[in-house]
Amino acid sequence: MIEIKNISKSFGDRLVVDDVSFQFEQGKTNLIIGESGSGKTTIMKLMVGLHEIDSGEVLYDGLNFPTLGVKEKQEVRKKIGMLFQGGALFDSQTLEENVRFPLDMFTEMSHAEKIDRVNFCLEKVQLAGKNDLYPGELSGGMKKRAALARAISNSPQYLFCDEPNSGLDPKTSIVIDNLIQSLTKEFNITTIVITHDMNSVVEIGEKVLYIYKGKPWWSGNGKEILKTTNPELLDFVFASGFMKEVFNAVKGK
Amino acid sequence: MNLFFHLGRYFILIKRVFSKPEKMSVYGKQIIHEIDNIGISSLPIIAIISFFMGGVITIQSAFGFTSPLVPLYAVGFTVRESMLLEFCPTIVCLILAGKMGSNIASEIGSMRITEQIDALEIMGINSAGYLILPKILAGVVILPFLIAISMFLGIFGGYVMGIATHAVSSYEYIYGIQAFFEPWKLYYSFTKVITFAFLITSISAYFGYYTHGGALEVGKSSTSAVVYSSILILIFNFLLTQLFLT
Repeated sequence: MIEIKNISKSFGDRLVVDDVSFQFEQGKTNLIIGESGSGKTTIMKLMVGLHEIDSGEVLYDGLNFPTLGVKEKQEVRKKIGMLFQGGALFDSQTLEENVRFPLDMFTEMSHAEKIDRVNFCLEKVQLAGKNDLYPGELSGGMKKRAALARAISNSPQYLFCDEPNSGLDPKTSIVIDNLIQSLTKEFNITTIVITHDMNSVVEIGEKVLYIYKGKPWWSGNGKEILKTTNPELLDFVFASGFMKEVFNAVKGK
Repeated sequence: MNLFFHLGRYFILIKRVFSKPEKMSVYGKQIIHEIDNIGISSLPIIAIISFFMGGVITIQSAFGFTSPLVPLYAVGFTVRESMLLEFCPTIVCLILAGKMGSNIASEIGSMRITEQIDALEIMGINSAGYLILPKILAGVVILPFLIAISMFLGIFGGYVMGIATHAVSSYEYIYGIQAFFEPWKLYYSFTKVITFAFLITSISAYFGYYTHGGALEVGKSSTSAVVYSSILILIFNFLLTQLFLT
């Protein structure tokens, strides 16, 4: 489990994250949603230590991450898998080398064991047999799946996904969502997903935190969000007329 | 103020670069890769430039030495001294600062803007060490060999051009390149090369590593890498020359 307690962050005079607290539960798909610029990605970067927090605590199973020393932070980070918005695959490495990379760095597995693990991860993300392709040869959806394979290759306890569906068509988005959810359940991972995609929120949001102007504004699950009376959240959820029409049609039935 | 900011940040980065690697075997592979990437791939351009520069210095020297008091073997002597003392260690390194510097800065800069460096950090890897240390070690190891090849090809180019244009005879040229040879000059040259290799790789990596923004900033980082590497090569060339030759 990961818990954030009263975390705040400013860039210059601009308060980007304002006293946010939340518990991200193990074995569940925890979502952070909000408008662009609301501070979602900053919260994630604060949690993984890419930004330093101004105040508050980030507890990884009780360990306050920001106060740990360099070595202790590295030990926690070895348990983290992260799927970046653009994939962040290493361009100069093949898919196999990318997925094998955390194993090369942190395990004493034999080469055969590593290849078995790589093939297992690639199979999980439906990229079996694509070992020798380079990131430049992959489509957007394949890159995301490959990055997911790399993120899970070293059996992480915590999985962070930064807008895993951005730039993908609805069908591929569903594939990615289902993958994230099934991996979370199968390996009992604490998964945190940042998303704008309302379909993802409803389908896989077991615990949802809505951030509005850097503040925690609403929390619940993906089903509850459709019944909310919170005006800012309603604006966010039904920003598109299409979503509203679909919701009304379903309600009418 | 800006200078002190960059200097401070540069030394902090260098400290991180030389901290204990996570896994030596992975770094070993990276060093071999970088030797090929930044060293071996520079060989053709170095070979062409050195060969022709040797030839041109031979012809220019033969053309200039018109006095009967200057023996013709002075042509070979001049080519050797020019190649060993200045052209190969300094001018070739300036050329390499352009090629290697822009390559390193743009590679690391692109990794920064596409979050690949963040990915390394989140995995618990010292990204500065993993990305920069192999480049510095590869540069420091391979550049002396490249410069030795450059010296040989420059002197050989002078011989070929001198004979082909009848500027100097074979005997006089070979006598000239052996005349008054002092081995410590090689020590001086290679000290310069190793220093310049460190400057080129570390400064270029510094500019790449701290790239922020997009493709435009990667281009700016590459330009800064080449400009500052070149300026520092010239400054250290002066300092080392003062140190060794006075």
